[in-house]
Amino acid sequence: MEEIGSLLGGFAVAISPYNIALMVVGIVLGVVIGVLPGLGGANGVAILLPLTFGMDPTSAIIMLTSIYWGALFGGAITAVLFNIPGEPWSVATTFDGHPMAQKGKADEALVGAFTSSFVGAIFAVILITFLAPVIAKFALRFGPAEFFAVQFLTFASFLGMGRGSPMKTLASMCLGFALASVGLDGVTGTLRLTFGHDELMNGFKFLVAVIGLFGIGEILSSMEEGLAFRGAAAKLKMDAVIRTWKQLPAMAVTFLRSCIVGCWMGITPGGATPASFMGYGLAKRFSKRGRHFGKGELEGVVAPETAAHAAGTAAMLPMLTLGIPGSPTAAVLLGGLLIWGLQPGPLLFVEQKEFVWGLIASMYMGNVVGLIIVLTCVPLFAAILRVPFSIIAPAIVVVCAIGAYTVNNAMFDVWMMLVFGVLGYLFTKLGYPLPPLVLALVLGDQAESSFRQAMLTSQGDVTVFWHNWLSGGIMTLGVALALWPLVSMLFGKKDDDALANPA
Amino acid sequence: MIGKSLRKTAIALAAGAALLTAFAPGAARAEWAPTKAVTFIIPAGTGGGADQMARFIQGVIQKNNLLDKPVVVINKGGGAGAEGFIEMKGSAKDPHKIIITLSNLFTTPLGTGAPFSWKDMKPVAMLALDQFILWTNAEKNYADAKAYIDAVKAGADRQFKMGGTGSKQEDQIITAAIEKQTDGKKFTYVPYDGGGKVAVQLVGGHIDSSVNNPIEAVAQWRGKQLKPLCIFDSKRSTYTEKVTDDMAWSDIPTCTEAGLPVEYQMLRGIFTTAGATDEQVAFYVDLFKKVLATEDWKEFMKKGAFNQTFMSGPEFEKWLTDTEAKHKELMQGAGFLAAAQ
Amino acid sequence: MTDITEPQPGESDEPALVTLRTADVVVACLFLVVSAIVISDSVRLGFHWQDSVGPAPGYFPFYIAVVMAIASAYNLGRAILARGPEEQEGMTTKTGVLRMSAIFLPAVLYVFATSYIGIYVASAIYIAAFMIFFGKFAVWKALAVALSIAIVSFMMFEVWFLVPLPKGPLEAAFGY
Repeated sequence: MEEIGSLLGGFAVAISPYNIALMVVGIVLGVVIGVLPGLGGANGVAILLPLTFGMDPTSAIIMLTSIYWGALFGGAITAVLFNIPGEPWSVATTFDGHPMAQKGKADEALVGAFTSSFVGAIFAVILITFLAPVIAKFALRFGPAEFFAVQFLTFASFLGMGRGSPMKTLASMCLGFALASVGLDGVTGTLRLTFGHDELMNGFKFLVAVIGLFGIGEILSSMEEGLAFRGAAAKLKMDAVIRTWKQLPAMAVTFLRSCIVGCWMGITPGGATPASFMGYGLAKRFSKRGRHFGKGELEGVVAPETAAHAAGTAAMLPMLTLGIPGSPTAAVLLGGLLIWGLQPGPLLFVEQKEFVWGLIASMYMGNVVGLIIVLTCVPLFAAILRVPFSIIAPAIVVVCAIGAYTVNNAMFDVWMMLVFGVLGYLFTKLGYPLPPLVLALVLGDQAESSFRQAMLTSQGDVTVFWHNWLSGGIMTLGVALALWPLVSMLFGKKDDDALANPA
Repeated sequence: MIGKSLRKTAIALAAGAALLTAFAPGAARAEWAPTKAVTFIIPAGTGGGADQMARFIQGVIQKNNLLDKPVVVINKGGGAGAEGFIEMKGSAKDPHKIIITLSNLFTTPLGTGAPFSWKDMKPVAMLALDQFILWTNAEKNYADAKAYIDAVKAGADRQFKMGGTGSKQEDQIITAAIEKQTDGKKFTYVPYDGGGKVAVQLVGGHIDSSVNNPIEAVAQWRGKQLKPLCIFDSKRSTYTEKVTDDMAWSDIPTCTEAGLPVEYQMLRGIFTTAGATDEQVAFYVDLFKKVLATEDWKEFMKKGAFNQTFMSGPEFEKWLTDTEAKHKELMQGAGFLAAAQ
Repeated sequence: MTDITEPQPGESDEPALVTLRTADVVVACLFLVVSAIVISDSVRLGFHWQDSVGPAPGYFPFYIAVVMAIASAYNLGRAILARGPEEQEGMTTKTGVLRMSAIFLPAVLYVFATSYIGIYVASAIYIAAFMIFFGKFAVWKALAVALSIAIVSFMMFEVWFLVPLPKGPLEAAFGY
């Protein structure tokens, strides 16, 4: 196996005390960046990029990718503890992670999240190691029709999984789509739904909505019930890691499913955020414990985290081999590659062998080092919940405000965050599910442009989505998944939640 | 590195305090220098050409200590860049803000009716002009630009797909200009959200051609996946070093040479706020001259096959006036002007 | 003043201020209003096939808004007709609203103040005030916590990571 030889060579490059020290620094910084919603991974990498110009490219990219891994790990922390997703791909982690924290199992949720991140990332790295050239060519097959098919599949895997009334789910999802369409239309360059207000030209940014709906909404509910902070009373036990790991082998299928979904979405490149939603949606539908999801199920943390990290890692592949960044962070890294004189693209693997294999080796290393660091810190993170509520509550509002502001550097977004907070509270009370809204907000734009690009290229012929086996296959799978709840409603047991209160 | 920047800040603070005491009674200083961090606005998202260049400049300034205050780079790309420009317009009195421009300086106000123009800012300098090249998939093997245009003429209307970044912006303007040479046969223009993506879509055969900037497609060219047909400049590129096995940037014919008389280049320039004094503008001009003199910058120019034209002062203002008029004409011709205008 | 943030005995008996049904009706109406806004703008933009651009910019929002309107009309009808015990349940009580206002109204003031005095000063005041009034902390403790949070975030954002946040006169006095 030629790859193994190259990989060992890569390890020889990556394992030097200097590089390992850079890795540790990068991961710690990354965790800090991931925890604060105001500092995205892209921000952290962009700011540190100039500092690395003096280093040799391999050391520099090791440090920068370590920040990326750290940020991926760190995003889960605030999601579990405070229901605030530090990064977009942590949204699905809040669905079960935060309820676990409320039940006093914050430490288990964190260990579960970190471990599954690690598993997802390692799975993707192994895939990159052995299949990079094959996969790179596969990604080229994705045109607008194929992209739309993948996005459709993501929605389909999520349909009909809310416990609330189907009509409320639908209204919630449509609201997400409507909000996503505000601002400048990417296809024609016309302004939509702005009614002459310059502030609205930016549209509603996903993170602003999510910080408001989840973070502020949660603070309001906690205040209302006067429970101080739920879960604060939980005792810290030091055996959290072992306790959690014992439960994980039973979820092997979920791990594998999410790994595959994640790698697929990372390469195609659908991205980590849809991957996490799809991982969660599929696990909810096909897992035995799926009907308990949303109430604090460890498997509900494992599924999205594994998928998000497999995707985040696999997204490095199109970046290196094709030069398309899978995420804003990857885009900044790409800029770095250019400055160091490395041209991402089909020839990178041929001309810069040492660099590429050093990078791949550092992916293994970085994730191992990262896992060790974050696992040792779990008691520390969980201890944050013991801080009195009257300190935590205003501090969360401050963190949310900073996070919302930095999305566009605009105060308008901070006001929108407060509005979304009230909406989040109302919707939760009235049984309008939030996940469909959030999903539509994050994917609405992309799905709409892919759909319109596909329609443009086919001159309005809808059968374009079935013009080859690839997009046709994905679309058919999507339709099947979308109809699944209907079928199971007709033939299976009655869905007692949805039909409990006929009008 | 945190320690280092802390120390730097401490020194800067001390220096600032010393300056304050030294010049306290309103002593007029011959030369102006920033008294706080300089905010460098990018009117585009992360990862694009302008973003790469701005972050590169930030790196060069930092590496060579060209400025004793930090440079803070922020992206304000909302509304096709309108957000960034409106911010500049709104902070006319703050000379600590500079902005890098791309063609959206002209296209956004014309195409969306967003309320700003380059006259709401103070021009500092033109750093370079970014080139556009007509690319096709290497497998299609069109001999030259003429062969491709002939194929478009022979095909059905809208049969050929041109990919580009955004809509009613530079890529679509060039497409509209090309359409004047195709006997009334139109392209189907497919807008994507980034130049890198366009190049990959072209490799995958989902579109027939693109007008990518050199830096966006050079990797695919070297990988023999894309073929450059012609460059939209009046002269051939001056970079004679081989990029692929047998071709240099200078081997690409101009489009006019190839029988497709279309020229278009994109401004990579720097502006500061409208209220800046002459000394303040002079400071920035001087700063960017230093940036341009570095080896790193020259290397960057070569990699992206930029047209290295430096302009400042009245010459630059004249260029801006002419270019704005040209955009208005091109966009009017293509029907891209905002309804409000 | 009693500490309203602590759970009180017997508060579950408190009469509801707003019933779920009322809230449901209001929210469904809001949805209808949003649908109407989106539809009106989509009509302006056009929602048919256009030759050079494919589906017009209003195409997608138009159909989304139509679906949203239908779903919301159904929700509205259901809420109005509902007579079940669940719909009569309270959404929140007076205490609940008071408690939420305790965090939310200051938050509104805080965001408002941020535009004038900068986010760091506003945050310090907000956190300190909340700790003193609702947490019953000693003033010096509250000030210590609030100031250290403000200073740490200032160092983190402005100095180390160079992310500019809104600043006011105080920061300007220090040269930022």
